[in-house]
Amino acid sequence: MPHKVISLISVGRHPQSGRSRRADQDSRAVELGLKLAGTDLDVVHAGSSQEPVLRQYAGMGLPKVTVLEQDESADALVSIADYLKSEKADIVLTGVRAESGESSGMTPYILSEQLGWPIVARVADIVDIKEGEAQVLLALPRGQRRQVTVKLPFIASIDNAAEAARQSAFGPGLRAKMDSQKGSTVEDSVRVDWSEAPAKARPKRLKIVKAKTAADRFKAATAKPQGGSGKVMKNESAQEQAQAIFDLLIEEKVIR
Amino acid sequence: MVIDWLPSVLIVVLLALGVIGALRRVSLWRAGQPEKVNLIAGLLAMPGRYLKDLHHVVERDKYMSRTHVATGGGFVLSMVLVLIVHVFNVQQQIVAWALIGALLIMLTGAFFVFKRRLNPPERLSKGPWMRLPKSLIIYSLTFIVLTLPAAGILPDASGSVLMIAVLSVGIVIGLGELLFGMGWGGPMKHAFAGALHLAFHRRSERFGGGRSTGLKPVNLDGDVLGVAKPSDFKWNQLLGFDACVQCGKCQAMCPAFAAGQPLNPKKLIQDMVVGLAGGTDANYAGSPYPGKEVGNAKGGPNEIITAGLVSQETLWSCTTCRACVEECPMMIEHVDAIVDMRRFLTMEKGETPNKGSEVLENIIATDNPGGYAPGSRTNWAADQNLAVMKEKKETDVLFWVSDGAFDMRSQRILRAFVKLMKHANVDVAILGDEERDSGDVARRLGDDATFQSLAQRNLATLGQYKFKKIVTTDPHAYHCLRNEYADFDKEGALEGVEVLHHTTFLNQLVQSGALKLDAFKGGKVTYHDPCYLGRYNGEYEAPRELLRSLGIEIAEMERSGFRSRCCGGGGGAPITDIPGERRIADMRMEDASTTGAELVAVGCQQCTAMLEGVVEPRPVVKDISEILVDQLAEEVH
Repeated sequence: MPHKVISLISVGRHPQSGRSRRADQDSRAVELGLKLAGTDLDVVHAGSSQEPVLRQYAGMGLPKVTVLEQDESADALVSIADYLKSEKADIVLTGVRAESGESSGMTPYILSEQLGWPIVARVADIVDIKEGEAQVLLALPRGQRRQVTVKLPFIASIDNAAEAARQSAFGPGLRAKMDSQKGSTVEDSVRVDWSEAPAKARPKRLKIVKAKTAADRFKAATAKPQGGSGKVMKNESAQEQAQAIFDLLIEEKVIR
Repeated sequence: MVIDWLPSVLIVVLLALGVIGALRRVSLWRAGQPEKVNLIAGLLAMPGRYLKDLHHVVERDKYMSRTHVATGGGFVLSMVLVLIVHVFNVQQQIVAWALIGALLIMLTGAFFVFKRRLNPPERLSKGPWMRLPKSLIIYSLTFIVLTLPAAGILPDASGSVLMIAVLSVGIVIGLGELLFGMGWGGPMKHAFAGALHLAFHRRSERFGGGRSTGLKPVNLDGDVLGVAKPSDFKWNQLLGFDACVQCGKCQAMCPAFAAGQPLNPKKLIQDMVVGLAGGTDANYAGSPYPGKEVGNAKGGPNEIITAGLVSQETLWSCTTCRACVEECPMMIEHVDAIVDMRRFLTMEKGETPNKGSEVLENIIATDNPGGYAPGSRTNWAADQNLAVMKEKKETDVLFWVSDGAFDMRSQRILRAFVKLMKHANVDVAILGDEERDSGDVARRLGDDATFQSLAQRNLATLGQYKFKKIVTTDPHAYHCLRNEYADFDKEGALEGVEVLHHTTFLNQLVQSGALKLDAFKGGKVTYHDPCYLGRYNGEYEAPRELLRSLGIEIAEMERSGFRSRCCGGGGGAPITDIPGERRIADMRMEDASTTGAELVAVGCQQCTAMLEGVVEPRPVVKDISEILVDQLAEEVH
């Protein structure tokens, strides 16, 4: 039985030009969706069907894009949650974090909470689906993977380690159908009060190169992060746990 | 005698069969898309185009041009007279003599065709083409003998049945090739299709010494973007493919073919013929695409070309250098066809190979192929004190910087050029961050949507300002601005504006005395013609004159001027990077090394990048502006 897969897409932002584009992780979510469901993949966007970026997604070979029509000020989460409740989806794919808007990375978590579905975060690939379970590869740092098994239905946020999106072709993108449905009118009350400003560069800790030889540098660049100095505090009292964190922050000169 | 009538009947029957075949051929071309052509004016212009323009190209090979004049001219003349003498039975000795004369001319020509075919060069197709000179000889001999009685030399041969039978066989073989074969796809098809191709050519501006090199825009509202099936070509493009004589001059000039990449322009055109007529390439008797066997290609007018007829790598191997088009005696437009098919792959299938998709995405998102921040476009000129149009509004010369702005090697060329202009007190300004990629790469990679968008936005920017000239160091941008933007320039932003390559402009400055230069004291210098400056825009002289004004005697490469070999950098070829046996740039550098030159003068940042990518030891590569800037005469104060 084919599984119903939904990929959620948003309007991305090019890091250099700031121009609208198909978001990197979202387009990877579409790519993975196409691998799992082919053109049966349902691609959903909450926003305006006039948005030109949707054509860039559609150019990946989507016959149609479902658009939950809503104002920019409306809460996309409400639209999407309503839509997912009405569709009997097996897998919902999202990016880890949007490139525009609040960009909080909360969308998959809030959806999973509202739907009562499990969430798998930072997925690199979905290897296999059978008997109501999916084998999922999670992306860990330095190219490592962890395989987990998840019961359908679930929500997956797609990591940058997933297969890159295929080229977007202009013609099919132009001709794809925008399937408009009514979205929510609930205002995103939190965001209304926000104002956007260009981010200031965050201060970075100076990287002190300790390695004396090329071999050392190579090791530093490739070795797994060795925990070692950390410790797990499970049985201590809240007082002791807080003290440990406080000490660490002072030691790291985060607070003085 | 009973069978006296046989020759005349055979002539008429073969002529009729030929006409039927020709009509069938016409119906094959009509499967293509409509394209407006003035049919009558075209037909009237055809003889002139044949005698002047086509012959101008054939004349490069004197042996072949004379042979062809004798054979073709003799045939046309003799065919008319054959009808008069042997079908309409005009019994005048003088006409018969004229016929014999025409046939003798043709026989001489056919003999030289035969001689060339004894040991044919690799570029020529074999197969039925090897038969052709024999058929030509049989035709002329047969009709000479047949006409002798009418000329009063022999008594009427009507007595001999055997004679008539032999002559009839000759008629069937000779006229079968010439008339029947012409209509039904034999080698002589080239004469019939070629004549009509000249009449209905898609780029009629090319005739009479003109130049037409800008690609035609895609109608973005069309059902299918680019060419998917042979029937998606314009009808006169299909006709053009049919005109091919398989002389292989294109193959001999093609840099991709020489590099062992899977492209052979001749085979490509023949595959298009297979596509328009339907069938396989099993009868193709020329050189294959390097590394690909002949006989596996299959196609039809309504079948997707890249699904069995031509492989995608073949289309992406082309550097769009136009050497094939320049060399083609039938004036076939190979590059148009290749880009048409690329458009389908990119805009409909999203299958631009290798870095193609990344580059296109960068161009769309940042207006430059490297994906750099658009706001950093003018960083190279931080120390150049250049005026920016946004503030200056009006200038004499607008310097179109192009994407070389992001590349440190190209920036050296830009700086050298700016220094020269300052030295000559040129009133110059740049667009700064308002400039965008010209769209050259996007268009050659088949993404005409992005090209059109860039062209329109660039034109909108240009339209806000006043300037007399646009000068650029990049021949690719030069070509777009000069030849391709006009299709989108509805507001006339470039109307009355002179678009110049920097070598042309510098040459004007030097010749007018605005730039004073010392003599060059280095070693031997050779000059590499960039395709987009030379073949695309006909500028061969200015760079050479500049070098001569430095006292340089150019050691010309064997392939220079209109026959210059590509550096391998055009048409997005370095981006799609189709593997071959050699690199085109290496071959070009070898050309340069053979002249013994220590310095290769170039007029293009792309050529500079490609040629400098060749491993040392090799001659030094410098843009002409870099050479000039070192020779600036010191002013005495």
